[in-house]
Amino acid sequence: MWGRKPRCVIRTKMASCSFEDVLAKAERDEAEKLKGITVSKELDLEFDPGNLLAFDKNRIDTREFKDCKREDFLRSLARDNTQLLINEMWKLPTERVEEVIVAKLPDPTTLLPREKPAPKPKPPTKWEQFAKLKGIQKKKKTNLVWDEVHKEWRRRWGYKRAKDDTKEWLIEVPENADPNEDQFNKRNKAKKERVARNEYNRLKNIARAQKIKVPGMGLAPTPRQSKAELAQAVNVAKISTASVGKFQDNLPKEKTPKNTGRKRKFQPLIGDFSSEKQKQLDLLKVMDSKKPRLDVTKAVNKQMREEDMESRHKNKKDFGKKGRRGKMSGKGKGKAGGKGKGPKGKGRKPQMKQGKR
Amino acid sequence: SKAQSQAKTRRSKRFLQSRQPKLTEDQKSSMIIRGGNTSQTVSQALKDVYALKKPNAVLYKRKNMVRPFDDSTALEFFSKKSDCSLFLFGSHNKKRPNNLIFGRMFDFHVLDMFELGIERFVSLRDVKTDTCPEGTKPLLVFAGELFETDREHQRLRSLLTDFFCGPRVSAVRLAGLEHVLHFTALEGKIYMRSYKVLLKKSGCRTPRIQLQDMGPSFDFVMRRNHMASDDLYKTAHRQPRGVKPKKKKNISHDAFGTRLGRLHMQKQDLDKLQTRKMKGLRKRRGEQTAETAAAAAKAPRTDE
Repeated sequence: MWGRKPRCVIRTKMASCSFEDVLAKAERDEAEKLKGITVSKELDLEFDPGNLLAFDKNRIDTREFKDCKREDFLRSLARDNTQLLINEMWKLPTERVEEVIVAKLPDPTTLLPREKPAPKPKPPTKWEQFAKLKGIQKKKKTNLVWDEVHKEWRRRWGYKRAKDDTKEWLIEVPENADPNEDQFNKRNKAKKERVARNEYNRLKNIARAQKIKVPGMGLAPTPRQSKAELAQAVNVAKISTASVGKFQDNLPKEKTPKNTGRKRKFQPLIGDFSSEKQKQLDLLKVMDSKKPRLDVTKAVNKQMREEDMESRHKNKKDFGKKGRRGKMSGKGKGKAGGKGKGPKGKGRKPQMKQGKR
Repeated sequence: SKAQSQAKTRRSKRFLQSRQPKLTEDQKSSMIIRGGNTSQTVSQALKDVYALKKPNAVLYKRKNMVRPFDDSTALEFFSKKSDCSLFLFGSHNKKRPNNLIFGRMFDFHVLDMFELGIERFVSLRDVKTDTCPEGTKPLLVFAGELFETDREHQRLRSLLTDFFCGPRVSAVRLAGLEHVLHFTALEGKIYMRSYKVLLKKSGCRTPRIQLQDMGPSFDFVMRRNHMASDDLYKTAHRQPRGVKPKKKKNISHDAFGTRLGRLHMQKQDLDKLQTRKMKGLRKRRGEQTAETAAAAAKAPRTDE
């Protein structure tokens, strides 16, 4: 476009061509062309092509506005501003999408408030934490799987899936299983268990995410509780006292469970290498040293217990000479008194009544 | 969430999930509410704005005895039920004739409200020209220095942009820029005009614009307003972290297009560099002190 005009000029006006004249003519032609779309304003407009927005800061002449031709004034103002905005839009990079010329919009620059506050990031689930630790990536799976039996492509899971366990009419009894066992039932039960465990883990993940405290297994109210669940509930209730169940008596024939308390927690297989190394070195150092390790707390407690025992024995010895008699007498009295009272009391009442009469 | 746990079907769960807050939000919906008493002007105005904002708008045609400036709980309830964050409330009484209240919500609480009185209104029906298709993204133009200098006008400009700008698009068809909304602020009044854009041939690539009167035109007068406090306004603008793309540091491209990276090293002691070990050159224990002493006395030894 730029190259065309000078060539024309040179061809027709070969005689009077000086470089400046040529350039000036070209510029005038360009201006002539752009006359249609140029708009002169005092201040440039602010554009936001991402939002198709333009803002004109120029002062509006109120005198012109107050005349009867208000609509025309507004229309001409709008036309000028829209022309400038369209000029801006035409400067954007374009591409052709299905026979249509489309301009790619940049990001909007005017900040508008959000509708709702930003979502909080969800804490990762137990599996996600583990996968991150081990470096396991998600593998994208195909939607359809080839089913050999039906010789067609079927979905991986759901209605009419490729390998449907439930539709099998024949299950081989494995070698080490009981021949009278119902394999179909076994399969169904296993599936129900898996579903229940899945659901339980999902709810635990949600509870962990929302930081809701979940009671341990067997304590959440369920319609029918099994014997084991009830026993666990009883044990938990027993230790829910201020002294953690130390002074709770057992029912007759009830045995205290021995294996309660926390299970040992082991460090993960692949954890902090430096800390593991340090631990091993410390252990070796302890084994190497000749001095025995002294646990101060244990030693102090032991000492205190010994002192207590000693003082108790001492008291017993002293009292034994005096108090034994006293104790015995008290006991004897009580017994005798009790024994005496009993038949006397029993016998008394009817006598008294008779007396009254 | 609690609401999602109440969903009993997958369809309802999907519906509730679509209403959850997202990183990048969809287009805001608006609710157009008719107040306790409306005049013909106001009713027609509400219908016209609804036509402009279809399909992301709901029109409540029945009378709603609500006073937004006194008690906004009813509006907040409507907004929560219909999941709309923009609202336009129209009413008419002797004290405030032909009243329109433009407003927006954040987290289902009123953020800003501006009461505008209609002084002159030309409806879509009265202008007998062909209109542009429903849902076209309009060009917005604001004129007048008041929109820059006055704080209330600035907030109103932001509110009107929010109200009338359409969905957020990545690309736009150049021939489809047909609708322009022009707002002029002058002496406490806002003139809103809506035109159809005609692209005419000009000498060059960019077309020449001609405007044709279309659509509703309003002459508004500013009445009361309720602007959000600065910190609430700031909170509403807070963008979550995932939205901005993270800049990759220390990577540059040179003129030829090759990708260059930059490594930052700690200070290295060149005397104690670990290079290849050659067993023959290793110093023996006995000779060590003598040699080092000799070396110190001599000129600087050669580096390996």
